[in-house]
Amino acid sequence: MNTLIHSGWRAACLALCLVAAPVLAEEAAPPAAQKSASAPQEVVAKTGSSTADHGKFEELQREFASGPEVTAACLECHTEAAKQIHTTKHWTWEYQNPVTGQKLGKKNVINNFCTAVSSNQGFCSACHIGYGWKDDNFDFAAEDAVDCLVCHDTTGKYKKIPGLAGHPTYKVMEWPPKSGKFIDPPDLQKVAQNVGPTSRRTCGTCHFYGGGGNAVKHGDLDSSLNQPMRYLDVHMDAKGPNFTCSTCHVSDAHEVSGSRYSPTAADTEGARLPGQRKPGSAPTCRGCHGDAPHPTDAKLNDHTDKLACQTCHIPEFARGPLHTKMSWDWSTAGRLDENGQRIKVKNSAGRVIYDSNKGDFTYDRYAIPDYLWFNGNIEYTLFGDPVDPDEVLEINRFLGGPDDSGSRIWPVKTFTGKQPIDAGLGTLAVAHTAGKDDAAYWGNYDWEKSLTVGMASVGAEYSGELGFVSTTMRWPITHMVAPKDDALRCKDCHRDNGRLAGIDGIYMPGRDRSVLLDTGGGLLALLALAGVLVHGGGRIVAHRLRRK
Amino acid sequence: MERIYVFKRFERFWHWAQALLIIGMMITGFEVHGSYSLLGFERAVDWHATMAWALITLWVFAIFWHFTTGEWRQYIPTTDKMVAMVRYYLTGIFTDAPHPFRQTTLRKHNPLQRIAYLFVKLVINPLLWISGLLYLFYASWAGWGLGWLQLEWVALAHTAGAFLMLIFFIVHVYLATAGHTPTAHIKAMVTGWEEVEGESEQQHAATGA
Repeated sequence: MNTLIHSGWRAACLALCLVAAPVLAEEAAPPAAQKSASAPQEVVAKTGSSTADHGKFEELQREFASGPEVTAACLECHTEAAKQIHTTKHWTWEYQNPVTGQKLGKKNVINNFCTAVSSNQGFCSACHIGYGWKDDNFDFAAEDAVDCLVCHDTTGKYKKIPGLAGHPTYKVMEWPPKSGKFIDPPDLQKVAQNVGPTSRRTCGTCHFYGGGGNAVKHGDLDSSLNQPMRYLDVHMDAKGPNFTCSTCHVSDAHEVSGSRYSPTAADTEGARLPGQRKPGSAPTCRGCHGDAPHPTDAKLNDHTDKLACQTCHIPEFARGPLHTKMSWDWSTAGRLDENGQRIKVKNSAGRVIYDSNKGDFTYDRYAIPDYLWFNGNIEYTLFGDPVDPDEVLEINRFLGGPDDSGSRIWPVKTFTGKQPIDAGLGTLAVAHTAGKDDAAYWGNYDWEKSLTVGMASVGAEYSGELGFVSTTMRWPITHMVAPKDDALRCKDCHRDNGRLAGIDGIYMPGRDRSVLLDTGGGLLALLALAGVLVHGGGRIVAHRLRRK
Repeated sequence: MERIYVFKRFERFWHWAQALLIIGMMITGFEVHGSYSLLGFERAVDWHATMAWALITLWVFAIFWHFTTGEWRQYIPTTDKMVAMVRYYLTGIFTDAPHPFRQTTLRKHNPLQRIAYLFVKLVINPLLWISGLLYLFYASWAGWGLGWLQLEWVALAHTAGAFLMLIFFIVHVYLATAGHTPTAHIKAMVTGWEEVEGESEQQHAATGA
């Protein structure tokens, strides 16, 4: 019976392959060729599946002067939407880790990229799901301050510009500054009439550009995922399953599942059918694939008690055309040319490796992750925590270990940095970097002023002693899942100096052995061999002597 | 000289199939262990597991055969002529002294063979089998109530078994040349017929073996 089903399937697959061959052949086309076709597709998808055409809604048949005006119109029908948003991390930028008790979220964490939000709100809030957060006076209870469009735009024309406190531009504006390039304000009426489900592009508006630019921060999220081909991500493959972010990051009442502050490192609940999914269920591989995802090789399933799926199935990060940033050294920032002007140095590939505003950078692509035990708990070094300038400071520590059944070996991007500290207070410094005032580091290059204003934003007084500390920050690698043929092979780890050379607490055939046993066993075997050779030689000699 | 039929057809098939499988398993096993690179880790693992199942199947038949034919008695250890055998290997074999052991169909192994093969069957094989099967069924340990087991112990036991097997293999292959001619034992293992001194039948009849 089973064999029958199997051969039936095989025949069907073969037939499908033959039919699909011309389609597959097109996959080889360069990504640029697909770009232009993507926007209309999304519109078609929207009107094709939704029961509501927002273009026909009376509330939206008008001119909108600002984002909040659009939101007010949205809320006339979607009465609870803003209240829902108000409870989410996307809005509060706050998160309390229930295990460690640490107060996290973008508001509180100091990272080793642009470092801190509190002193740069008007700039950072270009990625806030709201309008108007330019300082501490922002009203987090205002409903029309919620930005519906940044997530629900389908036109691709809606953009929030850093420095406008989360607003798009409402007039023609030069961007980036002094670039000679101008951007038009979005046609808010058109954008509002074309709202739809979130897409890789809308989520990516912020999540692909974390850390100050495309591909900079995560290593596994960048704009190449807007229209990815199969090699880049098997699930998001635009011509295949075409997953959007929300296919896995299922949301309920605008609360999107998944968290970088307390990720699910080991999902032991098994595969969940639609009716078994709870709101907020972690968007894990196993949530769909279950505990024994390798049907033809049971030995591979034996690995799931120790390894995250990502370890083998995302063999490198930044697997697309874009380079991700690997290090950022703030200590060299502020070098200017002879005219006192900002310098930008590019490498041969045209990527900025030095910027007066920010310091030195390095990049990588197809980068091999670091691997570590991880149980989902992350401890951060927060403002006020003691810092030793002579030690490498871990901005975040992934907890877990081999003896903890909730831990798995995870791939991570380790981002290294060197960033300002207040040596007097012995803590990470909060710098004021972006803004048009004379204290913003970008443009004024004065750490004294920058840190005085920055530290004040968290209620501290800058001691006047500037220092720098080397830092690391870990980012779990979980996107850009490779086709199975590109997954790691056994030998990548089961060898000396393999991928998991640094992982302790487990025995890995091919990597581990007992020197005592191997030496002892080998010596005994050699002795046995020598013994029989001598004995045999003796017999031959004796035989010859007798013949004489 | 007289020819006697010592090794039956199944026994010979079992011996040579087992020989092939054990050689194959040693080659692939030590590769998986990381001692060298030959087939590639993945193929070595695949072959090692496949040959393990083949060997287990073969052994199921072999055990059945041993018990139904009563051949298992051939491995009951004895001290009779053991000292003589040791002395023969140490000196007699060099001086062309007569072989102290007379083979018959009922006593086809000399006392040293008996003890060596028994050791293989009771120590080396079970060590390899049990540790190997545990290795294969790693994911089921918790379900079998073996959650306390460490992969490292199993792996080291398996490696130890492998070294013992390797040593046995080296000595066994060499002693196969220690018949009354260097190829006599090997021929017998192929054809089933061994050439023995004519008096053997009488002698055994006399000792009642």
